[in-house]
Amino acid sequence: MNQMVDISATTPRNPADYRSKVQPIWCPGCGDYSVLMEITKAMAALELSPEQVAIVSGIGCSSRIPAYSNCYGFHGIHGRALPLATGLKVARPELTVICTGGDGDGFSIGGNHFLHACRRNVDITYIVMDNQVYGMTKGQASPTTEPNWDSVLTPGGTGIRPFQPLVIALASGANFVARAFAGDPEGTTQIIIAGIKHPGFSFIQVLSPCVTFRPEQREWRNQVRPAPVPTTADPSVAAKRIMTDDGFNLGILYQGDRPAYKSGLIASSMQADELSQEFLV
Amino acid sequence: MKHKTSMSIAIVGSGGAGSITAGNLLLEAAARSGSYGILTRSVGPQIRGGEAAALIRLSSEPIDSFGDSYDILLALDWKNADRFAAELPMGPHGLIITDPEQGAIPAVIAGSMAQVRELPIGKLAKSVTKGRPNMIALGVLAEILSIPPEAIQAVLTKQLGDKGEQVLQSSMDTVTAGMAAARDFAKQPLPKTDDSGSGRWLVTGNQATGLGAVRAGIRFVAAYPITPATEVLEWLATALQKVGGKLVQAEDELASVNMIIGASYGGIPSLTATSGPGLSLMMEGLGLAVSAEVPIVVVDVMRVGPSTGIATKAEQSDLNIAVYGFHGDAPHLVLAPVSITDCLFTAQWSVYLAEAMQVPAILLSDQFLGQAMSIIDPPAAVNFKATRNIAQHSDGEYLRYADTESGVSPMAIPGTPGLQYTADGLEHAMTGTPSTKAEDHALQMDKRQRKIDNFDYGDYWAEVEGSGEFAVITWGSTTGAVREALRRLRAEGIDDIRMVAMRLLAPAQPEKFRHTMAGVRKALVIEQSHSGQFYHYLRAHYDLPGEPEQFHRAGPLLLRPGETTNQIKIWRQA
Repeated sequence: MNQMVDISATTPRNPADYRSKVQPIWCPGCGDYSVLMEITKAMAALELSPEQVAIVSGIGCSSRIPAYSNCYGFHGIHGRALPLATGLKVARPELTVICTGGDGDGFSIGGNHFLHACRRNVDITYIVMDNQVYGMTKGQASPTTEPNWDSVLTPGGTGIRPFQPLVIALASGANFVARAFAGDPEGTTQIIIAGIKHPGFSFIQVLSPCVTFRPEQREWRNQVRPAPVPTTADPSVAAKRIMTDDGFNLGILYQGDRPAYKSGLIASSMQADELSQEFLV
Repeated sequence: MKHKTSMSIAIVGSGGAGSITAGNLLLEAAARSGSYGILTRSVGPQIRGGEAAALIRLSSEPIDSFGDSYDILLALDWKNADRFAAELPMGPHGLIITDPEQGAIPAVIAGSMAQVRELPIGKLAKSVTKGRPNMIALGVLAEILSIPPEAIQAVLTKQLGDKGEQVLQSSMDTVTAGMAAARDFAKQPLPKTDDSGSGRWLVTGNQATGLGAVRAGIRFVAAYPITPATEVLEWLATALQKVGGKLVQAEDELASVNMIIGASYGGIPSLTATSGPGLSLMMEGLGLAVSAEVPIVVVDVMRVGPSTGIATKAEQSDLNIAVYGFHGDAPHLVLAPVSITDCLFTAQWSVYLAEAMQVPAILLSDQFLGQAMSIIDPPAAVNFKATRNIAQHSDGEYLRYADTESGVSPMAIPGTPGLQYTADGLEHAMTGTPSTKAEDHALQMDKRQRKIDNFDYGDYWAEVEGSGEFAVITWGSTTGAVREALRRLRAEGIDDIRMVAMRLLAPAQPEKFRHTMAGVRKALVIEQSHSGQFYHYLRAHYDLPGEPEQFHRAGPLLLRPGETTNQIKIWRQA
């Protein structure tokens, strides 16, 4: 299904060509540094021209990525990255559109757009850096936080079952569902490459540790593993796997072949003035 | 009998009885006979089975408001009549046509001084194969108005032709039966011009808005349905398939506004349409378009608020949110058409302005302007086309938000090599890079304000008519009642009142207003809102002469020309 790309091979493009001069605001040790690097590696491996790529985001630590790239970018408002990316891709299908953000942005305030982006299947690669916390606002529970995680805002925990992004994505019609780990550069880069190449909406959850508010996530390094089974195109098999795994299986966990949303403007030579004919008495 | 310059007719019935269909056919037949006119549907929130009335006004001159009272009320039945009785004031010599089979005329309507004629509408319909009561009604009204059968036949053929020869024939037979049954009714000649009316348009404000948008170059639309704006979107869906472009149905209004920002960032002129509840949801996105300097147009077809309010009725109560609803200081455009015809011009101009200045424009139409089907003279063609200042290349580092003299900076379109930048809702430096520096904020605020303050809006900011020491200031759909009131006053010899109907509400134009108001001693502000939003807006931004007074009320009952005339008279004499 997906050919592995040799990302160590020499290509005309260098990952550094895709970085801007803007210095990230992230904390030392943040997983998002790795994801930024992995995105640039994927673009280099695919030999994309920076001006042909648009990185679109919402609000949050990870949503800062567009300005750190040398591509076109749009850092929009909280939760609305997917509709912003959808409008851009539908209007300009020749661009490669990558949407980035975090778990709060994508699954809480932007939850409805997540469902409908999965359904709509516009050719966008959606990379969610999931650290199970609101980092930019200094440590509140996000939709993917465990119920008993203590915070100032929710003493003793939220008591709410975590959101299951991969399960929701699959149920909503996503056709490419993957999990990656920021600290696995080779694997994450390959998954991002596959996501960009996949026609239609690709959803990639990247476990990206927040060492400031969730220092225990440093342990993820020892918990993640490549999924012990190959990618499936059978949604019922995928559903059973992702509903029963422990959240640390990495890889493309589902990839189907549903046709992508037909983007692009209809071409026509009819003049707008001719439309008024229908109003004539 | 004295010929009237206008007459009003209501066809009422429960939903599904076909009163709206009969009304539309009557309006089009009148149009083909040389009349101007409007038709509004008065419907409840029910999809089927609620009240439904076709409220028609026909005239020998262009009109943009209801009449004062009804000359003819024809009831197919009286179910739910109490719900719209307040919208149906009967004139003193009005005629009520009722089917005795449908029971007594409800007290709320029978209380008028109107003359009543009973007609067995249901029985007459049954006398024709597949006859329907609403076609009897059409025949009765055509006979009273002396509309020639050929005009009815032509309209039936056009509107029912695709339903087959049989349907067409039975409809015409039923209309003919209705005409025969009304032979002895007193005739009330159709108000019309001497010519045939050929070349005129039959159009709603929502359609005209769509046409204006497409003419200006809108090619991407994101849509979330909402009454009474849906027809703008539905019309555009078909139109964009014809002229090229794309409409995407969004999951909600938050998505639709962000989709058009994304598409416009990609270089395609983009628009969405909504009503009050949707506009509330879009405010954050509109602010993003201000900060990132992405041109978009949001049409708000206003309905009665607050909250869900009354979805099927008009009010001018979204002025405050449109002008002041943003957080932060967010220079943007707010425009409003002053008539159904003007929906086309103002939509086209809005797109042009938004694109020229790289700002969001909010276009405030309303349910009356949007949904009334109107016979109008063809609007003058104007040449406003989306023209964006596009960056092609850059010597040195590209500054997306460069501090230019006009405030408008050349905008790079994704795909252009060497000009990559990140658009942002965060305050930014000229490069687009986020910045918290006071000098960057001050510079960008000044630039965003300057570009809309310094733009040349020409004389389009307002429609001004008449002269004299009195001024009536209004906006939007109430302009129709004010214009007609002033016409009536002029006919009475009172010609010292000027009308100022504002089309550009933000940015305010105090200098132009001062010039326009030169010599005015007294001002009256007329609008359709409970709190007088427009009055307070004027007091905040303009110098008004003397002690300005106001005539305003909430929807859903629109201001009528007669009461508006009386209010103006009382104010003028005070």
